[in-house]
Amino acid sequence: MSRSPRLLPIALGDQLARRATPVVGGVIAGEGRRRLVVVMSSLAVIVVAVVSIMVGAYLIPIGDVFAVFGARLGLMPADNLHAAVVWDIRLSRVLLAGAVGAALATSGAAYQGTFRNPLIEPYILGVSAGAAFGAGLAVMVDLPLSMQVLAFLFGLAAVGLTYSLARVRGERPTLTLLLAGIVIGSFFSAIFALFQYVGTDEQLRRLVFWILGGFYRATWGEVAIVVPVTVAGVIWLWRLGWPLNLLSLGDDEARSLGVDPKPLRRVVIVVSTALTALAVSVSGIIAWVGLLVPHAARLIVGPDQRYVIPLSATLGAAFVMICDDLARTISTGEVPIGVITSILGAPYLIYLLRTRVSQMGSA
Amino acid sequence: MLSVERLAFAYEDRQVLEEISFTTRPGELCALFGPNGSGKSTLYRCILGHLRHQGVVHVDGVDARTLTPLQIAQRIAYVPQQHTNPFPYTVFDMVAMGRNPHLGGVFGPRRADLEICERVIDSVGLLADSQRPYHTLSGGQRQLVLIARALAQQTALLLLDEPTASLDYGNQMLVWNMIRSLARGGAAVVVCTHDPHHVLQFCDRVLALGRAGRFIADGPPEATVTPELVATLYPQLGDGQESVRARANGR
Repeated sequence: MSRSPRLLPIALGDQLARRATPVVGGVIAGEGRRRLVVVMSSLAVIVVAVVSIMVGAYLIPIGDVFAVFGARLGLMPADNLHAAVVWDIRLSRVLLAGAVGAALATSGAAYQGTFRNPLIEPYILGVSAGAAFGAGLAVMVDLPLSMQVLAFLFGLAAVGLTYSLARVRGERPTLTLLLAGIVIGSFFSAIFALFQYVGTDEQLRRLVFWILGGFYRATWGEVAIVVPVTVAGVIWLWRLGWPLNLLSLGDDEARSLGVDPKPLRRVVIVVSTALTALAVSVSGIIAWVGLLVPHAARLIVGPDQRYVIPLSATLGAAFVMICDDLARTISTGEVPIGVITSILGAPYLIYLLRTRVSQMGSA
Repeated sequence: MLSVERLAFAYEDRQVLEEISFTTRPGELCALFGPNGSGKSTLYRCILGHLRHQGVVHVDGVDARTLTPLQIAQRIAYVPQQHTNPFPYTVFDMVAMGRNPHLGGVFGPRRADLEICERVIDSVGLLADSQRPYHTLSGGQRQLVLIARALAQQTALLLLDEPTASLDYGNQMLVWNMIRSLARGGAAVVVCTHDPHHVLQFCDRVLALGRAGRFIADGPPEATVTPELVATLYPQLGDGQESVRARANGR
């Protein structure tokens, strides 16, 4: 059969050899810009942290804050009168809030990538409720496992149940994933409520903490666990940013591009769930951070997970620190931080649902 | 080079593929021709190692079962049907992912990889759109992006899955011409299609996959795509296959 003559013989080899590269320069400049954004945002976290130490029941001037730091590090002669408040109360609380914010936001971004769904986060998947249930179980029953381990195990059980429940003909459409998360989340919440019903006064007092969430109990002991583990987890997920980009194309495509989806997804889910569970075990359920923050990060640096993950960590840290500042300053008492993030987050999810679901279809 | 020997695949309740054997040749545009549901995509998924099958697939003389997904991706590029993605990756981002098999575990593509991406995007004519979000492109452009991604993979073998199924006439011709130029460049290209016109117009060889999941013909299209073959593959046509008969007889 003769070839149709109107075909243009595109000599690909020639083109490959010949062209200059105007676009690559732009792409590399874009990557540099996004890296700069990540660096700037981590500097912003430090600024927010210092301000967060200054504010509270009463204002501590910035000079006094640094004077306390200097004394503790042995650079200055003596503590001033704010030492106890700055070091023992506010700094531990601010560090814990930052770590929890980074953990929730980073795990939200990672879950979104692995489940190919920008509308999910630990709370929506039921992971937070599962982890809170695990922590509550540790309060109710004397088990040989620590509270953090129980929170992690039940968080993992929750995400596993949600993931298998959401499966429809080999896929996990947005709506079934959201519904499955709601079902699993309310199941664990229901048993948690049962704990409150049967618990003693002392147990009840401890249980209520996980429902509302907060950092008022922050101790240096918690900081010493949560901060290093969160930093390690964030770095681990950050290193997986590039293959996570490919995984968001779907399993078959990721595989055909050389990324084995199953082991990658397993690692990402385990690390994200560990981050979430640890955060929940020290601060209770703080909803929406894992949704709001990665979405904001994507608006700033685009969908590339190599930048979304670190930026989510820094923005999440700053966001929760600011929410906690509000929690302890807007009224004379302490407003639960979960209340603040929910008031901010619920309208945002409604906005996302209205604008995104229609264009995503069932993807 | 791809060599498939006596490949068979069954779902729990149903035999899908049986006695599938063929070998691709460099520079050859080979059509995998058959009706919807005949197992064309399943055959691809077997070759790519997504499905566990019987028989042997050799890629460059190596048993594919011994290759990791990364090693297969270094040898075979797969072009799925155009689709959308829930995340707004740019055209350039999408194509850059095609470099993954050659990155060696580093933190994303390097400058040399990006330069390859730019050239392949240029070769499909989308350089001006390279920073647009992939999902805002037309179906035909999205298909070209996926072809460019396969080119960025720099493999000697390309498998394309119904690349023109959802495209209008102009985009179909655009994509087919692109595919043919790949084969002219020396690649072994397998394209699955259900359309005999495309087979006759563009391909060098046709493997016809019947409803029973077996090859019922293998040869040059003008000798192979006969009215009888089309009638066998598409029994619902009855005698009304005028256009194919005209093509096959009239030239």
